[in-house]
This record gives sequence, structure tokens and C-alpha cells, in this order.
Amino acid sequence: MEKRPLDAEIASTTQAIVARSKALEGPLLTILHDVQEAFGHVPQSALPVIAEGLNLSRAEVHGVVSFYHDYREAPAGRHVIKLCRAEACQSMGGDELAERLMGLLGLDWHETSADGAVTLEPVYCLGLCACAPAAMVDGEVLGRLDADAVSELATVVRS
Amino acid sequence: MSVKIYIPGDSGAVAVGADRLAAKLETELNKRDLDARIIRNGSRGLYWLEPMVEVETKSGRVAYGPVKPSDLDALLDAGLLEGAEHPLSLGLTEEIPFLKRQTRLTFARCGITDPLSLEDYRAQGGLAGLTNAVAMPPEAIVAQVTESGLRGRGGAGFPTGIKWKTVLEADGAQKYIVCNADEGDSGTFADRMIMEGDPFVVIEGMVIAGIATGATKGYVYLRSEYPHAINVMNRAVEIARENNILGTSVLGSPHGFDMEIRVGAGAYVCGEETALLESLEGRRGVVRAKPPLPAHKGFLGRPTVVNNVISLASVPIIMDKGADFYRDFGMGRSRGTIPVQIAGNVKHGGLFEAAFGMTLGELIDDIGGGTATGRPVKAVQVGGPLGAYFPRELFDTPFDYEAFAARDGLIGHAGIVVFDDTADMLKQARFAFEFCAVESCGKCTPCRIGSTRGVEVIDNIRDGIEPDKQVALMSDLCNTMKFGSLCALGGFTPYPVMSAFTHFPDDFRPASMSQAAE
Ligand SMILES: Cc1cc2nc3c(=O)[nH]c(=O)nc-3n(C[C@H](O)[C@H](O)[C@H](O)COP(=O)(O)O)c2cc1C
Ligand code: SF4
Ligand code: FES
Repeated sequence: MEKRPLDAEIASTTQAIVARSKALEGPLLTILHDVQEAFGHVPQSALPVIAEGLNLSRAEVHGVVSFYHDYREAPAGRHVIKLCRAEACQSMGGDELAERLMGLLGLDWHETSADGAVTLEPVYCLGLCACAPAAMVDGEVLGRLDADAVSELATVVRS
Repeated sequence: MSVKIYIPGDSGAVAVGADRLAAKLETELNKRDLDARIIRNGSRGLYWLEPMVEVETKSGRVAYGPVKPSDLDALLDAGLLEGAEHPLSLGLTEEIPFLKRQTRLTFARCGITDPLSLEDYRAQGGLAGLTNAVAMPPEAIVAQVTESGLRGRGGAGFPTGIKWKTVLEADGAQKYIVCNADEGDSGTFADRMIMEGDPFVVIEGMVIAGIATGATKGYVYLRSEYPHAINVMNRAVEIARENNILGTSVLGSPHGFDMEIRVGAGAYVCGEETALLESLEGRRGVVRAKPPLPAHKGFLGRPTVVNNVISLASVPIIMDKGADFYRDFGMGRSRGTIPVQIAGNVKHGGLFEAAFGMTLGELIDDIGGGTATGRPVKAVQVGGPLGAYFPRELFDTPFDYEAFAARDGLIGHAGIVVFDDTADMLKQARFAFEFCAVESCGKCTPCRIGSTRGVEVIDNIRDGIEPDKQVALMSDLCNTMKFGSLCALGGFTPYPVMSAFTHFPDDFRPASMSQAAE
């Protein structure tokens, strides 16, 4: 296998994150969250650093990263739209809204637009089921979405 | 003294504009030089009225809602600060029928207090349960919780006292309390609401659980989809620590207990208790075979109580008012109150805490007011994505663990999702399989493979490809999943699928055939 030098910044930042949380009981998820927070994704080159710091194999760390929906292999767009696709939102026309949004953005689930403006992701329930349909945009919650709100959203994230 | 105005900081209210409203009101108050203070409370759970603004008056709190920023001028002109009449007036909050009909034990403070004010918490009865508990031997606390009849609110309905007893009696230098705050079921938001609206009650419940079982460390495993709850819980833990509710000497007693908030990473199966423990330890959220039970070998192989948020949040009132007080609510073996979450296509969606025993129909037609779209109710799914779809014919089912089980349903975390007559039940059955396929932990074949096959089978039914054969296949597949799966994700997916088919067979006929039948 080709040996690539570690990106120095990723390595040092990751090392600091590992050092900070290493003493926790079961630190790996916390570390991965912090790494993703720092880089917008979990870079491949961070994995060996984490593995070494926690005395795990690289494969074990990779196995964990790939199991969870939250961790990204590549950075997301500048805006991230998570649209709820679970039952309560379905009952309020969530599927039609999803179709509409996908059409407006020209994106399928998990895709990022070519200009890097927006990433579209499905989410299964945001606990806003009494204000369905719901979404989370850049960490902000939105409820009672309708066709107009979705159009506006599409315009805002692309501007 | 300045007037108190309440605008919820609950994410359900924020999702429909509460932050913008609060900001605008702040500006307006300054502009008009009015002496009033905005408090960001939790939600009362009347979500169709959110953002709901309350004003404290001499005769009690008066509510307005739903309020838009553009309503504020007129509201202030009308005399908002005096609780004056206005088209958005709802009268005294406590008199709103949706609230008045409830029995709020667990949610007694939610929506009333400032969630992070320990002063408010104490003034409204908080810490009374813990104060009693620190003076009791662990066995007596466990006995009281057992006698209250409290059963786990996370879904399985297992008696909380018995679980605690097992951990109390287990050997181990280090034991843990793990609060399951993964609340992934569609239609459920009670855990989120209480964490955002009354976080100290969750902490108090965990500390009591610790004292009762000899556990000195606690974790809340909180899903990442709830950033607001994560913030509030983290701050509440800090405040609790500063005030000796957590730490080496709980309320000055010899008991020590501390806790941390841990954030999940987006995996539904991590709500299953053993997958949760794996995840908390930093591994893939793969379900463990039982035995050993978490009560014997849980977090890091040590004795661990895993309890749902609401189970733990119900403990302080039991320790305050006594086992009998709690037990006297409810029916049969379902004791106390249950925070029912009414959601989806419903007019009055929200949190309704009541003693067990109300019928499903009462909850949907009467309390929920029917559908939001005004069309007839076709089906309701109770208990999240693994719960059965019930037709109107089953609306006489009382809210009770055994009564639901007797009709091939489940209460689960007590979320109800309402669908109107435009719902396509074949599509809902397909979604159940699809969801199972996306979220399966992969440990067992019936769930991992069966869910994907299930989607294909339903597509074939829809497309009219040998429909009778496919229906037989679907039933067979469900049977295999039900009896061959290690956990309820694979094991209960047959509930939504088969209930949709059993109660709404017309939706499972290929289009050509159902047209011919008309
Ligand atoms: C797939 C699956 C998901 C679950 N999700 C949750 C959950 O989000 N929250 C919860 O409290 N229990 C959940 N449970 C139930 C837990 O395994 C466990 O029974 C519960 O946390 C025990 O707490 P309780 O006795 O207080 O209810 C889930 C179970 C399964 C099989
Ligand atoms: S039923 Fe599904 S989720 Fe549960 S253990 Fe088996 S594969 Fe994992
Ligand atoms: S189902 Fe969409 S927020 Fe719960």
C-alpha cells in the first residue's frame, strides 16, 4: 500500500482532541464528534492517529466511523439540509415536500451540489412530530413546512 | 416589579418561530420602555398553539397563541402585559381544556418554570424526592419504586423496581446508571421535551437510581438529532454539580454520584439497550445477545441500570408523594401516568399526560380533535416505527400495555401518529421494511436480509406480480423476522407491516385489481 504522509494539521489537531478525551470511559464517539466538528468530516488521515491514541486497530476505528450515519467521509456543503422522512412527517405530506426539494436542488439524498452550496440528507425524526413536516437546516429546527417554505429554503441555501 | 412573559425555548416552539418572536418582543419592550422580563420556559406541549406566549397576571398565567412576530404590536397595544383580551387570547393557561384534562405528574413543571433555574425547580417541588431518598436505605428506595408499579417507559414496559433490585444485588465495585435518551421513534418527543423543559428532574431521577443501586456514575446517551436538549442537559449538569446535587456528597449526604452527557451519532438501533452500551463504549452499535443482562454485565461489563428518560423522570414524584399515590393512577398492570404524544396529521398535536386507561379513540378524536387536514382518520400508528397501525375499529382499545398487546399492537414510548384517508398503507408497510433495512445493526440474517427482501416483495405486490404468492411470502418473511431476530428492530417490524395488511387489505391489491373491484 502506498504510504502517504499525514497531513500535519490533521494529525496535530486530532492528537490534541484524543489527548483531551482519552481518559473518558468509552471516548471514541466523543473524539469522532470533535474531529468532525474541527474538519467538517472525519478525514481518513485522522483514523491512524485516533487508533494509536486509543490503542485500537485502524480497522476498528474505521468500523465505528462507517457504522454511524452522522460521520462524513467528505466535507458537507456550506449548508446542510436534513429533511425528516419518518412517519409523522409522512402523514403531513413529507414525501411530496421531499420530492419538491430534491427537484428544486437537483439533488438526491446524501448528495452535495457541485458548487458546494448545499448537502441534502434524510433524517428519521427530529422530535418535532407535532409540528410536522420538519427539517433541520445548519442545526436550526424548522417545523410546519409547506411548499412555499421549501421553495424559500431552496432559494436561500443556493444564494 | 417587572411583568413576567413566557416564551418557550423548546425546540418544537423554536421550529415554528419562538426565537424570532422573543427577539422581536425584547426590542418592542425596550422601544416602548415597558417593564417586563422574558423567560424562556419549556413547552406546555400544546404544539398547535406554539409559539404560545404567557403573561403572569394577578389571576394567573394568561396565554396567547399561536403568536407571530407581526402580531406583537397589536398585542402590546391591546394590553398584553395586563393579560388583556385579544383575538389570540386563550384565557388562563391552566383552563385550556387540553391542559386541564391532564394529570401532570412527570411533566408537572414542564412549561411552567425556567428550565435552568434551580430556584424555580425547588419552588415547584423539585428535590423533595431526592431529599427523602438520601435518608433511606437503598432497599427501601427500590421497594418504593417497585410498589409504585412504575414500568419502563422506553418501550418494553419492564418493571423499573425489579431492574434496580437486580443491580443493587449484583456484585461490583463500580456500577452505572445509563439514561436512554435516544428517542428515535417517530411520533415521540416526550424525552426531548422533559430534557429541554425540566432537565433537573431527569438528573434527580438518575441520582436517586444511583443511590438505590449503589451506582456512583451516570451517563445520558442523548441522540445527536436533539442539539437543544444536549445544550440544556449539559448546562443543567454543571448547575447541579455546583449545587451539590451531583458530586461526592449529594445534598450533603455520604452518597456520591456524578454524571456525563454523551452524544449519539445517528443510529436508531442504538436506542436498544445493549447496542446503546456498545456505542457508549465507543464501538459499532451492534446488539449484544442476552444473557448476560445489562443489570449484571452492562457498561464496561459492570452492573448497569439502563432506563428511559421518562422512567427516570417519574421517580422523583414517587419518592416525594409515595408509591401509593402514583400507583392509584392507571388501570390493570399499567400504573401511574403516561405522557402520550399525539402527532402527525392531527389538529391538536402535543403532549398529553394522563393516567393509563383512556381509549385510543378518546385520545385521537376528543383530545387530538381529529386530523389537521379535516379529512377522516384512516389509521394511527402507536409505538413508533415498530408499532402496529390501528384502524378506527380498534379505537376502543384502552391505553394499557396488556390491552394493546392483546390486539397485536404495542404502546412503546406512547407516541401516536395519525394518518388521514389519503394514506396508502402499502406504502407505509414498505417504509417499515425500508427503515428496518437502513437501521439494522446487521447482526442477524432475518433482519439484515429479510428487511431488504421485504421491500422487494411489497414492490411486487404493488406491481401486481403474482400478488397472492407475494402476500404469502410477505407473511412468511414476517414470521421469520418475528421469531428469528435477536432484537425488536427485526422482531417487531412485522407489526406495522402485518397490521397494515390485516386492517387495510384493499391497499394491498394491485391497482388494476382494486379498480376492477370498484
Ligand atoms: C430497536 C430498538 C430501539 C429502542 N429505542 C429506545 C429508545 O430510543 N429509548 C428508550 O428508552 N428505549 C428504547 N428501546 C428499549 C430499550 O432497549 C430498553 O428497553 C429501555 O431503554 C429500558 O428502559 P426502561 O425500562 O426505562 O423503558 C429500544 C429498543 C429497541 C429494540
Ligand atoms: S434484529 Fe436487526 S437490529 Fe436487532 S440484532 Fe438482529 S440485525 Fe441487529
Ligand atoms: S417524524 Fe418527522 S419530526 Fe418526528
